[in-house]
Amino acid sequence: MKPLSVPERLAKNRFNLDEQECHIEVNQEIAKATGTGRALVACCPAHVYSEEADGTISVEYAACLECGTCLAVAAPGALKWHYPRGGFGVQFREG
Amino acid sequence: MPETAEPDFEVIVIGAGIAGCVTAYLLAQQGRSVLLIERGETPGSKNLSGGVLYSRGIQQVFPDFLAEAPVERRITRNYINFLNAGSSVAIDYKDDRLADPVNAVTVLRAKLDAWLAEKCEEAGALIMPGVRVDRVLTEDGPAGQRVVGVAAGEDELRAHVVVAADGVNSFISKEAGLRKDEPLNHLAVGVKSVVSLPRETIEARFNLTGDEGAAIAAVGDCTEGVGGGGFLYTNIDSISVGIVVRLDDLTAKKKVVTDIFDHFLEHRFIAPYLDGGELAEYGCHLVAEGGLAMIGEITMDGMVVVGDAAGLTLNTGLTVRGMDLAVGSAMAAAEAIGPALEQGDTSKAGLAGYRAKLFGSYAGRDMKTYAKAPAFLEAERMYKQYGEFLADVLYGAFNLDTQPRRHLLSVARKTLAQSPLKLRQLVSDGIAGARAL
Repeated sequence: MKPLSVPERLAKNRFNLDEQECHIEVNQEIAKATGTGRALVACCPAHVYSEEADGTISVEYAACLECGTCLAVAAPGALKWHYPRGGFGVQFREG
Repeated sequence: MPETAEPDFEVIVIGAGIAGCVTAYLLAQQGRSVLLIERGETPGSKNLSGGVLYSRGIQQVFPDFLAEAPVERRITRNYINFLNAGSSVAIDYKDDRLADPVNAVTVLRAKLDAWLAEKCEEAGALIMPGVRVDRVLTEDGPAGQRVVGVAAGEDELRAHVVVAADGVNSFISKEAGLRKDEPLNHLAVGVKSVVSLPRETIEARFNLTGDEGAAIAAVGDCTEGVGGGGFLYTNIDSISVGIVVRLDDLTAKKKVVTDIFDHFLEHRFIAPYLDGGELAEYGCHLVAEGGLAMIGEITMDGMVVVGDAAGLTLNTGLTVRGMDLAVGSAMAAAEAIGPALEQGDTSKAGLAGYRAKLFGSYAGRDMKTYAKAPAFLEAERMYKQYGEFLADVLYGAFNLDTQPRRHLLSVARKTLAQSPLKLRQLVSDGIAGARAL
């Protein structure tokens, strides 16, 4: 099977994007001070998090597969993460 | 236990996964008024698992489950694999007895859970999809907070009993104070692709006939030494392929989870199974790995917690279970909630039958039996040295290099002397493994 990038993989999924509400918020200061930022980048299977040149963490919430791994590894206060509003987000057809 | 307002339903279940659907189904069958709330657009659309369901429990709930439900293949081949970088040692266990009666099937949850929700509806439960429960409604009671319903946005709905079946992240039970944030060694992340292939190709590659299926489990180089493993499960015309890695080890080793997944997919002993396949879907899921230690309080006044939300998953080294435990907990919950409603006491004391029934059932008893398994499986040696040691011993036996042969035991001794493993580790792991697994 030909190797696919994470965005190519995500393109096979069905998403209902919630354009009104972002369900993820990084506290940049705490993320930087605790090392949570890099842990988020490394642990997310959907590559929702990326580190910018200035060290801030950007969030592509539309890609989220809603597993909750980021919340589990984040230091207290570094991340606000909850499920998208009802009906929005990834909609698995296989599961 | 006085409640201030007449409830809208006798029972509200949060989450249409296996635990939620089975609880809702059994209570609706008892004639209870049941609301099943699901945040996905349709039931099943948020749900994902590795894919093997040990099916005897759910067959007790739905006697025609295997004929009616959208299951994929009956597992008759279990392939347990120490997968090193350039070698592999496996136990290939096939058995006709696993097919009759059927013991395990592969499933795809978006399909299975949609079917389960239909069954709930047929039994009389009301399904409300596309709604996210934001919090539970509570009132002060004589024994502290009592759950009296749920809130979703502006809407509030009341029930005598709320069932938290909201999965491994269970915001509901955390908010209610029943669960705390777990230590990272109690959690793992699973990453999975569903890869489409023609069914004849799958049957030829995995040596299967008809609706037989195979489950391959691998440890070792496949996760780059991070605690966890890889899997391949055959569906009818696709393969579920993935890794599960423990979060404490992943973060300590500063590995990128998608690099580990890529490494597994491209492993030279794994890639041939997937050759020519097309990706159908990519997903991931948090996995509870703490075993019995993760199960805390599962009842409070007006609420019970079932399935993944209650920490009910089990890795025994050979079998990896969660869905069958979800069924077991749902059956125990429904058996306890019915009489509690009957007697008009849905306080923690009134619902205490749930815990008793859970730990009297296969689900709770197995959690106890394997209580030591998580700590045993945390040993680093499982994920690197053992696989290499086994391959080195076999290499010593098979590599006929024209040197005079030595007995296998002496080959093993010499291999052990050259390995980072110590004899006393082998002995103590052997004893600990025999006790834990």
